[in-house]
Amino acid sequence: MVNIVMEKIVIDNLSIQYSDGVESLQGINLKIPANAVTVLFGPAGGGKSTLLRTINRLNDLADVAKCQGRVLIDGENILEPDTDVINLRRKVGMVFSRPVPLPLSISKNISYALEVAGERNKARLEEKVERALRQVALWDEVYDRLNDPAIALSGGQQQRLCLARVMALEPEIILLDEPTSALDPISTAKIETLLKELSASITIILAPHNTQQAARMADYAAFLLQGELIEFGKGQDLFLNPTDKRTADYVRGRFG
Amino acid sequence: MAIKSPPNPAPILTSLQPAKGKLTSQLKQKLGFGLLTAVSTFTVLPIIALGIFILVQGIPSISWEFITGYPREGMRAGGILPAIVGTFYLTLGTAIFSVPPGIAAAIYLSEYAAENRFTRLIRIAMINLSGIPSVVYGLFGLGLFVLFLQFGSSILAASLTLSIMTLPVIISATEEALRSVPQSFRVVSISLGASRWQTIWRIVLPQSLPGIITGVILGLERAAGETAPILFTGAAFFLPRLPTSPMDETMALPYHLFVISTQVPGMPVQIQYGTVLVLLVFVLGMNLTATVIRSRARARRQW
Repeated sequence: MVNIVMEKIVIDNLSIQYSDGVESLQGINLKIPANAVTVLFGPAGGGKSTLLRTINRLNDLADVAKCQGRVLIDGENILEPDTDVINLRRKVGMVFSRPVPLPLSISKNISYALEVAGERNKARLEEKVERALRQVALWDEVYDRLNDPAIALSGGQQQRLCLARVMALEPEIILLDEPTSALDPISTAKIETLLKELSASITIILAPHNTQQAARMADYAAFLLQGELIEFGKGQDLFLNPTDKRTADYVRGRFG
Repeated sequence: MAIKSPPNPAPILTSLQPAKGKLTSQLKQKLGFGLLTAVSTFTVLPIIALGIFILVQGIPSISWEFITGYPREGMRAGGILPAIVGTFYLTLGTAIFSVPPGIAAAIYLSEYAAENRFTRLIRIAMINLSGIPSVVYGLFGLGLFVLFLQFGSSILAASLTLSIMTLPVIISATEEALRSVPQSFRVVSISLGASRWQTIWRIVLPQSLPGIITGVILGLERAAGETAPILFTGAAFFLPRLPTSPMDETMALPYHLFVISTQVPGMPVQIQYGTVLVLLVFVLGMNLTATVIRSRARARRQW
């Protein structure tokens, strides 16, 4: 290994085209370090969501016409047709831009993923629900109403619940697609703090909903523009001394 | 604090006042709404009048004997129990044969099948099936179930015929109920490592169940009230006992009604109205159940 940092994910010449002809990603090469926050930023339509959804193969649900290249997680190409996608998705959790609690109770929302994975033991489920809720600092707010419908929570609480739902599976990677775009600043700060803490042991890939958040959160940052990777580097370097003019223009707010 | 109106309206307001002798837009709107209200009242009136009329005419003949007794004196006296039980059996049989395949087909169409020529063909077939006159179903049932499969004129053949007629209703109602569940639930469930089937079974079906039940009941309700499909496939003119097996013929309320109104001379009119009332209560009872389920589910729904 030449690099000091360990790469968790290697994206190798990845191109994706949707069946309506939109070329979403063009020859992306990216090495995402383990146990750090990597931020994918850039204007809308840059391919951030597509890239995120490719890493857990959620893009299988979309109308993808062409998908070339490789995505290696721990050296294994997850784009192979015989990849166990269900196992992959348990390892690579995802949080969406709008909190979508399943139409279940608070605790069932978290135990759902464990139950579909075959866990039947009630005591173990309860224990994991509590641990996940504590990890996202939601336990103290909901411990006395775990059986209430999750929709009764506030937006910020719902999004932390969605994060807890992913945490319950003890994932190695968490993908977040503008997770705070529907939240108030206080809830946003809570989520950001949590992500920073979690990144000690989990590889986090975040598509932030604005450049400020990108700058705050990035251990590493990748600038995506219209399906191309323009620049990748350490967060500080990219935001303070971008090498590419387009990155510089975007970071300084000249377009976007 | 009361808001005082100015003693003299500002001159600019005068231009907004209606010109004499002309229809202002406000007046036109009032007239329009009045017309619409009148038309909708007139469309509902006959239904209400019909209901009241049947109720008033039919109630005197409703008695314990009428509900639980057998027809006597060439159906001119006695009860209609065999017809009530027969309609119940036919509805039950129709449910057994149409609900499971109907829901399965809807799940396939809504959750699994891609939008292609084959599924378009299925949909077109379904739309056309629901437009076929019910007597054609009756003849089809006669040909297929009674004669070719040699079920004879029986509850089995009649139920199967009614099932074919009901299937399109159940499939399209179920499909609609499934599609009304937000796509985001499916995406989230899949992203959490659930399989497609687990997602359907644990999230989509429970959420769409009220809609499915409503559709099923409405489909069965139509089957319960039909005469033509059972005419050649299982309805008995007169059967002074209850059917004992699915291979028996049976009396049924709608067909019995046809018989006593047209085929039996000297039929007391009260018995006819009584039979109509029982059929209406049967069918409207199902309808009411469907409505209650739907409105309860709507109140509870979380999205």
